[in-house]
Amino acid sequence: MAKNDFIIDIRHIKKSYDGKTVLDDINFYVRKGEFVTLLGPSGCGKTTILRTIAGFIAPDEGSVLLEGKDISQLPPYKRPLNTVFQRYALFPHLDVYDNIAFGLKLQGVPREEIDKRVKKMLKMVSLTDYEDRDVESLSGGQQQRVAIARALVNQPKVLLLDEPLAALDINIRKDMQIELKEMHAKLGITFIYVTHDQEEALTLSDTIVVINEGKIQQIGTPSDIYNEPCNEFVADFIGESNILDGRMIEDRKVEFIGHTFDCVDEGFGCDTPVDVVLRPEDIYIMNKLDGAQFTGKVKSCTFKGVHYEMFVDTDNGYELMIQDYNSFETGSVVGLFIKPQDIQVMHKNCTENVLDGVVVDENHVRFLDGKFECNVPEGLCSGDEVEVSFPFDKVELMDYQDEGDAEGKVYFLIYKGDHYHIDVKTSSGLHLLVDTQDVWDKEDLVGINIAPEFITIKAKQQSND
Amino acid sequence: MKVKSVVSKAYLALILFVLYAPILFIAVFSFTNAKSLGNWTGFTLDLYGSLFSGATSDAQSLLQALKNTLLIAVVSSAVSTVLGTLAAIGIFNMRGRKKAAIQFLNNIPMLNPDIITGVSLFLLFVFLHISKGYLTVILAHITFSTPYVVLNVLPKLSQMNPNLYEAALDLGASPMYALRKVLIPELRPGMISGFILAFTLSLDDFAVTYFTAGSIGLDTLSTYIYADARKGGLTPELKPLMTIIFLIILIFLLVYSIRVSKQAEKK
Repeated sequence: MAKNDFIIDIRHIKKSYDGKTVLDDINFYVRKGEFVTLLGPSGCGKTTILRTIAGFIAPDEGSVLLEGKDISQLPPYKRPLNTVFQRYALFPHLDVYDNIAFGLKLQGVPREEIDKRVKKMLKMVSLTDYEDRDVESLSGGQQQRVAIARALVNQPKVLLLDEPLAALDINIRKDMQIELKEMHAKLGITFIYVTHDQEEALTLSDTIVVINEGKIQQIGTPSDIYNEPCNEFVADFIGESNILDGRMIEDRKVEFIGHTFDCVDEGFGCDTPVDVVLRPEDIYIMNKLDGAQFTGKVKSCTFKGVHYEMFVDTDNGYELMIQDYNSFETGSVVGLFIKPQDIQVMHKNCTENVLDGVVVDENHVRFLDGKFECNVPEGLCSGDEVEVSFPFDKVELMDYQDEGDAEGKVYFLIYKGDHYHIDVKTSSGLHLLVDTQDVWDKEDLVGINIAPEFITIKAKQQSND
Repeated sequence: MKVKSVVSKAYLALILFVLYAPILFIAVFSFTNAKSLGNWTGFTLDLYGSLFSGATSDAQSLLQALKNTLLIAVVSSAVSTVLGTLAAIGIFNMRGRKKAAIQFLNNIPMLNPDIITGVSLFLLFVFLHISKGYLTVILAHITFSTPYVVLNVLPKLSQMNPNLYEAALDLGASPMYALRKVLIPELRPGMISGFILAFTLSLDDFAVTYFTAGSIGLDTLSTYIYADARKGGLTPELKPLMTIIFLIILIFLLVYSIRVSKQAEKK
């Protein structure tokens, strides 16, 4: 491969604990001097990636390259990287000076040089004259400054930051964000930053890596990620959005909420089901109806400081969230308009549920850890492996787990204008997608029923002999 | 109201008297020379004198037993502090069922009656043909006191910031250096209380020592006093020795609680 300026290159990292996959084939690179943020909900694996780079976790498979050299086998104390931890992890029995000097003393740097560098760092984090202070007498913000100084004084090739601001108050957090960004610009050191706060990620980063369930969802600049999310998860996680079911009629023409719109997307094919993302600030709302693409009735209007947030029922019965600097009276009929470049069209991952199953008898198939009634085609007998498919909207979720043929937990849900799109996860980690009018919350325990006539059973392609 | 407070104070005084009367009794009679216990033949420091000069052969063996006791206690509690601390770090870093199993195994020796520990160690040493003496007694004491050190160090580990050790490695410290310079200073309070507990357990152990000391005449205070009492009549110098030990413990406790209350004031 040609020479590049990648300082960190993550290749095919996989990790699982007790059979549970935490990281599933993670691949990305970081350029020298870049500010890269790993963003995702808690438990998505972002911290595991950072700890793998630092060397605290050995991946099951894959490698970490630093400036083209494989460092996967190096212990953490031999990697020229330093970490800032979420809960600071300052050494309580050492004062501020000795905490910062810890790494330099280990490297055998001469005393005068240590003194000079520690003082310079203290000045940079605005803690001059704090040398002799007991670290436990410092505020959270001050402790985190010491932790940053302790890491940066070693002039690491890459600084790893594990949710460094998560434990701080909102005001200090905002100030520290600006300071971190300034430090990054001034020192030219590569930063890899982990956070679950999408706003923080958008503010700080050159590049954002969005992660969910141990998989990279999207890599891009903050504006790419915000304006062109590649799937429902990213669209929902970053900023506020209207996510709607749509159909690509042909290149540059998409249909959703019962209307056809011009857009800028091509290459989806004709008559293809897609997801459409509209940011609330990209829908133009006005009092006059001529010139509008469609109309709606304002359902609610809330003042949010800079803008008003309105929920509008469209003429075809879809609900949209709209943000505008002007307020519109509740109950008034408004004209609505969307520019072609503001419509983000995304491929649907799937258009119906497809799962592996096993035939129990001529009327039952086992899948999703449950036994479901359905019509098993002729020629299939008990024990045969089959492919089971059924539409999203033919799944019925029950209030009590034991009322269903199988059971699961609501894992993720989005409102699609006129219905909820719900991702239900079973205890063994299988996913089921459901379209329903009913309101559920994240973490709700549900029973799963499916009407037998909508379940399609197909023999698996692979022959037994 | 008044009657009630008088009664409750009297009750408290009675309890304290019952608790401390035996010790007071020994302390008082350590200052007299009477052969039979309970007779007061005038104040004298003779017994203290003969205890320290080893005037009688009984006093000499008593002093020897005291030396043995202290030697065994110091060596066994030091070794079990090191072993117990390392074991605690190991247990703390285990996961799930394995961790629970090892912690359960660690608790058994503490609940096991001393007599069983003593007899089983006796049989083990016979089986392994290890001649009994200092070595076997010290090994036995390490065996029963290590679990207590583990139990004292484990809570310190869970109180500690889990990233501290990693932060040291991250800054370039080798695992050994991180253990010495970061982990041990954090665990020190637990190690000290574990050491003190191991020391006192070793000091007054009788059953285990009795079965593992063998017949070479190795006596600690507890086995010496037991044998002495069976011969009929305790060595008189025992009274001043007990008084001195009690006073040392009393002073130690006073200093300790004053320090703790001063630290609490600071915070």
